Amino acid sequence: MENFRQINLLVNKQPYTLAIKPYVSLLDALRDYLDLTGTKKGCDHGQCGACTVLVNGNRVLSCITLAVMKDGAEITTIEGIDHPLQNTFIEHDAFQCGYCTPGQICSAIGMLREGKAHSRAEVAELMSGNLCRCGASMQIIDAIMEVKSGGSNE
Amino acid sequence: MTQIGKAISRLEGWQKVTGSAKYAGDYNVPDLLYGYVVNSTITKGHIISIDTSDALALPGVIKVFTHQNRPGLAWFDIMYTDMDAPPGTVFKPLHDNEIKYNGQPVALIVAERFEIAREASALIKIKYEEMHFETRLDRNIEKGRNAKKGLATALKPPPPKPKGDFSLAYDESPFKVATEYRHSTEHHNPMELFATTTVYEGDGKLTIYDKTQGTINSQIYVANIFGLHFKDVRVLAPFVGGGFGSGLRPQYQLFFSVMAALELKRNVRVTLDRKQMYSFGHRPQVIQKLRFAAETNGKLTALSHLALSETSQFEDYAELVAEWSHKLYPANNTLFSYKLVPLDLYTPIDMRAPGGSTALHAIECTMDELAYQLKMDPLELRLKNYAEIDPSTDKPFTSKALKDCYLKAAEKFGWNERNPEPGSMTHGNKLIGYGMATGIWDAYQFPARVEIGVNAEGKLLVNNATTDIGTGTLTVMTQIAADQFGLSLDEVTFGYGDSKKPFSMFQGGSAMTASTGSAIVIAANVLKKKLLDKAKEITNSPLKDAELKDVMFTHGRMYLKNQVEVYVMLTDIVQANKGKTIKTTNLGAPHMFDLRKYSKMTHSAAFVEVEIDKDLKTITVTRAVTAVAAGKIINPKTATSQITGSMVWGISKALYEETILDENLGKYMNMNLGEYHIPVHADIKQLEVIFVEEKDELINELGVKGVGEIGLVAIPAAIANAIFHATGKRINNLPIHFDELL
Ligand code: FES
Ligand code: FES
Repeated sequence: MENFRQINLLVNKQPYTLAIKPYVSLLDALRDYLDLTGTKKGCDHGQCGACTVLVNGNRVLSCITLAVMKDGAEITTIEGIDHPLQNTFIEHDAFQCGYCTPGQICSAIGMLREGKAHSRAEVAELMSGNLCRCGASMQIIDAIMEVKSGGSNE
Repeated sequence: MTQIGKAISRLEGWQKVTGSAKYAGDYNVPDLLYGYVVNSTITKGHIISIDTSDALALPGVIKVFTHQNRPGLAWFDIMYTDMDAPPGTVFKPLHDNEIKYNGQPVALIVAERFEIAREASALIKIKYEEMHFETRLDRNIEKGRNAKKGLATALKPPPPKPKGDFSLAYDESPFKVATEYRHSTEHHNPMELFATTTVYEGDGKLTIYDKTQGTINSQIYVANIFGLHFKDVRVLAPFVGGGFGSGLRPQYQLFFSVMAALELKRNVRVTLDRKQMYSFGHRPQVIQKLRFAAETNGKLTALSHLALSETSQFEDYAELVAEWSHKLYPANNTLFSYKLVPLDLYTPIDMRAPGGSTALHAIECTMDELAYQLKMDPLELRLKNYAEIDPSTDKPFTSKALKDCYLKAAEKFGWNERNPEPGSMTHGNKLIGYGMATGIWDAYQFPARVEIGVNAEGKLLVNNATTDIGTGTLTVMTQIAADQFGLSLDEVTFGYGDSKKPFSMFQGGSAMTASTGSAIVIAANVLKKKLLDKAKEITNSPLKDAELKDVMFTHGRMYLKNQVEVYVMLTDIVQANKGKTIKTTNLGAPHMFDLRKYSKMTHSAAFVEVEIDKDLKTITVTRAVTAVAAGKIINPKTATSQITGSMVWGISKALYEETILDENLGKYMNMNLGEYHIPVHADIKQLEVIFVEEKDELINELGVKGVGEIGLVAIPAAIANAIFHATGKRINNLPIHFDELL
């Protein structure tokens, strides 16, 4: 088979070398090649946020990112996250089915790091790229606000 | 009883926030092959030819399945029938060259990699012969006919017979409203894509990870179609990324994954893409005509609700739409009808609060309009027509705390601050509207079998095949089981999401807590008796003269009610049983005989505030309060989320979501999450939930009614009524777009 590229990724502090076709998305690379299935596919079109991961600390939609574009990058997926949001999500019941949750948490960490949200309404706005069909929006924002007002990651 | 009633956080929460929760498409089993489905691009007709040569030539492609080379399968339609199949002929994937609807699966590509299979799909060349089709409900009204009857009709009977003389009463009443309501097609769109991973175990055995709301339903379907023994097919669904009804029937990714695994003798995963999520069932379009009439004092005299809905050409999917007004309000003259128009679309499927959410929108908007005609407060009109017994059957309710819902929610919301005059309330550049509506839903219960046992460590093991689609089932069942033996939650293990566990129906109709929960209570009582009998066999047993009514359980002990210091440890009882788990499996079932004299309903009242920009007419739901009467609430935390989640669905139904059908192409045009709008976080403001006290000693062992759908049904009408209050405009078609207010 032709057209393979070799790339290096540092995922959750683990180095990986992959031979991969250039059209493989970062999401499929994580899920199917590296068996990191915590990152979810909800649309594959950049429309739902379920696939959000942190690339060099910034939130990125891995479904519309080609793996080869991130050669050499440092990637954090939900499996590599250890953050107070995980507990506040559980405490506030900020999920039901849990399918959007990895994306919500990665996105929230990235959003807090960006430092642009100063109110509940701004947090809700800047988290609006992450859909939740179970309708846990209010609880998701509650969980994020608790961490935000707790001062972590600000 | 210490666990029931506690706001416990979801027991599987940690798995969900760390990514270790595995869904059907997450099982990367060894030597996995990937399937990608190709769908029809025409709406009706025949496949003349399929050229798969280019696809097969792509390196990494293993096989392409079409109707021409599919394996021989069960021939009889009945073998394809699942537990939720409506009357008619089940759709059989790859059966022949006939195309019945747009998006029908016509081929499966299996490849070594997902992206290769997807690439190959673009290389398949299909020639079709197209035929004339009909997909518009409003253009085919005259084809409306009664729904065919079948097994599923038991849960969805036709509307009640007319009472009195509707036309006469309607004509003679001083106040009356006649209105028509429509809503668009909706698709469930759970966040998780439908996926099945089939593990080929050899010897005709399969282990299947399926996205489903019913593990046993999928198991029966697979075993029947592929001629396998039931016990050789194991379907697992430990985590399900939402269902909302879409997983009530086995979907075609299951069929394809299993077919390919059996043919290729390999492990195969088939995951649908988001667009394909619009190709297997939806909430049907419905046209509703209502006429309500009242006396000067507001008492209803005549109720008529005529509903016309769509179904496919091959199955008669029906909903309960026309009957709800008369389950809420008395009237001596009624006329109800429900008719179906078969169209060249796929069969609709239950979608969260099917029928009820459709009907209540129309009913509660009509009531609001009537209240305005009568110059009566909308809440007062509801109270004036409050039914103490079910007017449609003249049977008493097992319990009904709707009045409390109205009053508590109205107070919390501040309904009495409302100036009824449309457009009279403003806030800066915003028009403010207050609206309210009533909700009602059937308190379903299905039969369920539960295995329950105590093991050598004194732990309680409870098993049932149900799923947990995000409802909190694991947590709630653990709480129920723990209380039966006075245990803490970590002393109980609830096993679920596995077709090998004792029987459960699919998870739908807000029935699971009543179904599996009641079965747990019944099985626990049998286990208690067994444990006591075994305890008596212990030499010098301090309980040798005790009877079941004399003993109680707490933290691993069985003790005498009147003499707490007299007890036997459960571990000692199991030890006396040679260390073998003491267990029992029992059936829980609805109290059909006792309940036949009663009506069993869940109720709610919703109050909503909208803000509408005076110039742009953009609509925001700024506040919503829902009070719910659903019997006992096992877990207020997860139950609240069920209600707020449903309220978000109500907001979505009223203002956002719709699948748009192109009448010329006969296909849906917005099959993606960018164009199929659902509320985002910024759209959801303040949602409040009140659970009113409702003791129900008749309904089941636990006094529970279910909370999965009741939070949705009242919201769309409450929003539409609030929009009227803000603007003076009645918009009767959902979703309501702001441009209709311009
Ligand atoms: S899967 Fe990437 S945004 Fe939806
Ligand atoms: S928790 Fe189910 S989609 Fe968000």
